[in-house]
Amino acid sequence: MLFYLLKRIGLAVVIVVVAVVLLYSMIHIVPGDPASVILGPRATPEMKQELYELMGLDRPFVVQVVSFLGKVARGDLGMDFFSQRPVAQIVFKQLDETLVLVLASIGWAMLLGIPLGCYSAVFRNTFSDKLVGFFSIGVIAVPSFVVALYSLLLFAVTLKWLPAIGAGEPGQYLDQLQHLILPAFAIGLGWVGYIARLVRASMLEVLNENHIRRARAFGLPEHMIVFQYALKLAILPTITLLGTGIGRLISSAVFAEIVFARPGIGKLIFDSVVSRNYPLVMGAVLVSTVLFVLSTTISDSVNAMLDPRVRERL
Amino acid sequence: MAEPVLDIRNLSVNYLTPRGTVKALRRINLQVPSAKVVGLVGESGCGKSTLISAVIRLMAENARVAAGEIRFTGKDMQQLSPRDLRAIRGRDMSMVFQDPMTALNPVFTIGRQMADIQYRDAVSGKEKLKRAADMLSLVGIPDAVSRLDNYPHHFSGGMRQRITIAMALLVQPKLLIADEPTTALDATLEVQIIRLLKDLQADFQCAILFISHHLNVIAELCDFVGVMYAGELVEKGSVRDIFHRPGHPYTRALLECDPSVIAEPTRFLPTIPGEIPSLIDLPEGCIFYDRCPGAAQVCKKIPPPEVSIAEHHTAACHCLEV
Repeated sequence: MLFYLLKRIGLAVVIVVVAVVLLYSMIHIVPGDPASVILGPRATPEMKQELYELMGLDRPFVVQVVSFLGKVARGDLGMDFFSQRPVAQIVFKQLDETLVLVLASIGWAMLLGIPLGCYSAVFRNTFSDKLVGFFSIGVIAVPSFVVALYSLLLFAVTLKWLPAIGAGEPGQYLDQLQHLILPAFAIGLGWVGYIARLVRASMLEVLNENHIRRARAFGLPEHMIVFQYALKLAILPTITLLGTGIGRLISSAVFAEIVFARPGIGKLIFDSVVSRNYPLVMGAVLVSTVLFVLSTTISDSVNAMLDPRVRERL
Repeated sequence: MAEPVLDIRNLSVNYLTPRGTVKALRRINLQVPSAKVVGLVGESGCGKSTLISAVIRLMAENARVAAGEIRFTGKDMQQLSPRDLRAIRGRDMSMVFQDPMTALNPVFTIGRQMADIQYRDAVSGKEKLKRAADMLSLVGIPDAVSRLDNYPHHFSGGMRQRITIAMALLVQPKLLIADEPTTALDATLEVQIIRLLKDLQADFQCAILFISHHLNVIAELCDFVGVMYAGELVEKGSVRDIFHRPGHPYTRALLECDPSVIAEPTRFLPTIPGEIPSLIDLPEGCIFYDRCPGAAQVCKKIPPPEVSIAEHHTAACHCLEV
């Protein structure tokens, strides 16, 4: 297992480096001049040139990439030229909010989706299975910002049970929790459907396998067969899905963040792209890329922990 | 004969399919005496596997027992609740499956899986693992204690089949059902596994219901043989009777097709001409009528009765009636 972890982390580092290089290249292909945006329409060519040199944009591209990689390795993501604050500081300030939101959303979706999927598979083709299927497809089809808007209208505006916007006062955990419920509900709801469907499908497949028949022929209790012998295999595709899902949500929770006016990485990326704030876009996208790679690395490692064939293969 | 461990009486099983009702088993009568090995032989699709899944009550969802009863140690298996059935499976009755590559759970260690099947016994986990290791050594797995921590994919096919046999015997069943346990293995392994089963059966004194389409294996291992054709048990008797004095024309044809009895080298292996009749739309008379070399007029219209040839030796054929 240790050997697997070392190899998997090594692979993750390679992926991050490649991603950073690609990212840096792509952002320079995008048309638009950062110096003109920062300095405004009345900037003279001399002022622009000065800013270019300050930002290092006059140097050859390869040199820029290598120096950027070096800085990133030291935790320096550059300066934000609008606010004159380190990019790393701005990004990490937003990161907590996003991580809490994403993990809470996926967390409750898992707690509900996995048992629902198992239930559907065990009682396949019954009325309750069809009901779960109908519910799952329904919540997958509705976009999360629609759920967000309507839950906002219902619970915050009409019933006034929960706060509508913001992330709560820092340090006041109960307040933060109350602010978390609606966005986490909105983001997680679709995932309940995804997870339930996927668990049902893979559970049905596993329950038809020979070793399950053998376990039944030995009279093992049904709960042991379903929740241990079958689930340990059937959960593997779901864990892979969650690995990429959590990674993607870190930058794409932006709809919910905008609707609920919460700070977060998604919103940060959106705002900085609009204002063509290169260092901030780079920093935020970089951090979310690293988190994406981290998230898939963790899910792969969990799979390897559960399945000996996976950990011996890499 | 004392009371048999397994007593199948007049059993019929149907499969409900969109094309109609497949009458997969019809009026099967078969007894497995205690501590004896009974072989079931027949070509693919003749209902051997349906029969054993009916015995252990793990049938496909569209299978229905249409008639008859299965008595196991005196109890009617049809009347048992799922709970009572579970109490029998893996304690009084256990099973070795056809394909050893898929018969073990890939994500649990051998030790865990062997300990789990002893879940009813109130002994420590350590004791369960010790029993498991002892049984593994008995079936010829070297270095058994350390191999308990291995996963199924660390073992070859032959080793895995030894493990499943060890699991089946670990619970000390009264009846072991073996569903073509050597079909997925190569010939040399087959001989080893059969010898192993034979030795262990002598030690453990359990009855075995052994399914195969390999005649030599049946001859080597079994005390009694049942010959199945298209869902019917056409002949049954002691190994000696079946192999030396076969009564039913199908049994005779089957024995003639065995490649190992061919004396002269020939270009073509012998076969039984014709095809198995449809099990949805059954013929009126004898099921073997179309392919039988000695079919008479009566065979076409009237199903043959079970004719006693010798003690414990019967065959369903009109031509044997005197």
